Amino acid sequence: MKKKITIVDYGSGNLLSAQQSFIKASNLSNIDAEIQISNDPTKLDNSTHVVLPGQGAFKTCMEGIKKIPGMQDRLCEFVKIKQRPFFGICVGMQLFADNSEENGNHQGFGWIGGTIKKLPSLETKLPHMGWNNIKVVNANSPIKPEENDYYFVHSYFFDCANRENVVAETKYGINFPSIVNKENVYGCQFHPEKSSAQGLNIIKNFINL
Amino acid sequence: MLKKRIIPCLDVKDGRVVKGINFIDLVDAGDPVEQAKFYSENGADEICFLDISASLEERDTMLSVLKKTAQEVFIPLTVGGGIKSIKNIKDSLMAGADKVSINSAAIKNPEIIKNASEHFGSQCIVVAIDVKKTGSSWMVHSHGGTINTNIEAFSWLEKVQNLGAGEILLTSMDRDGTKIGFDLDLLRESSKILDIPLIASGGVGKIDHFFEGAHIGQADALLAASVFHFNEISIMQVKEFLKKNNIEVRL
Repeated sequence: MKKKITIVDYGSGNLLSAQQSFIKASNLSNIDAEIQISNDPTKLDNSTHVVLPGQGAFKTCMEGIKKIPGMQDRLCEFVKIKQRPFFGICVGMQLFADNSEENGNHQGFGWIGGTIKKLPSLETKLPHMGWNNIKVVNANSPIKPEENDYYFVHSYFFDCANRENVVAETKYGINFPSIVNKENVYGCQFHPEKSSAQGLNIIKNFINL
Repeated sequence: MLKKRIIPCLDVKDGRVVKGINFIDLVDAGDPVEQAKFYSENGADEICFLDISASLEERDTMLSVLKKTAQEVFIPLTVGGGIKSIKNIKDSLMAGADKVSINSAAIKNPEIIKNASEHFGSQCIVVAIDVKKTGSSWMVHSHGGTINTNIEAFSWLEKVQNLGAGEILLTSMDRDGTKIGFDLDLLRESSKILDIPLIASGGVGKIDHFFEGAHIGQADALLAASVFHFNEISIMQVKEFLKKNNIEVRL
């Protein structure tokens, strides 16, 4: 069956890189997939997979989604009712949390329990920018990442309420979740679309779901 | 552990690499896409394109270079040179760049740093600074290093950091092209001031210089052009050397 993957355009993030990486990953694994960028919530209805990118501040991203009439409801419907594979990148993943402490207190989707908190900056620079390794802490997830280096850019992290939702961790001052998964919802704190072959592998895993 | 980054820089004019790899049989050695792909497959942690085009038509060519590169290269891509406005930044990001570096435009109007980082997030705003030592202080130069702005380097670093720069690309004009190594005093002093990542540039001639820049200069990333292009040193050699000397790199 042809996969229909929608990358949600809500005015945030480098959508073209995300799109290119999904095209590359599907070509590499011979998956017949159509990868579209769209800001039209109705496009989610016939999508098999949805990707939520995100750069910048949590609040700005959430507002960007809310500004598009019907988008938030359609996203929730896709995740909770249709229960199809959903992937968040960086702040796109952080939006899964219950809330974020970035510049105030802001509500997230609450799909994966926990809070977005600031990384400690006593011994380390912020943002955490560059390549860092991950350690797999839950091998049961359908996402099977290589224990390799991935490209990160962020100052906040997802403090997951439930340990079983953490697939992999990364150390930068503290250990924080770098890949999360709960049921049909998957997310990376790093940028798989900018993480060379190992990043494309994670995207392949997701497309194959 | 966070790794030190190695970044090759390619000068591009009218869609063609001016100063680039000249040691391998690329199908089209002047093609920036091929060169970026080569570096990405050979250990580069990021790619930096410096657009040295003069005209507006050539700028559009750069956007199509970015588009093609984004189809082939899956590591961060920075573009600099002639970025003057929010529109320039937006066009570059939409074409596939992950970061833009701003130099002269930031000197002319520092508010562009604030506007750009608020607009696109500070993670994609690199401020490039060219400095030259005059007496005991380093002075910021603009327009490809041709004009002394009379701005003292460290005060400028603090200012752009406060305005929301995500990273600093610091080039020592005194060292650029000399191959005698980075200006380590400059780097060390700058590292003390900066909470954001510092990319060192200018002066690399041999493999030890990368170690010095990372270890003594405390730079977070090391940028070089000619030593890579002329195959004097390969990126993997640099990384293996750094690793052997207890500096974490991505291998």
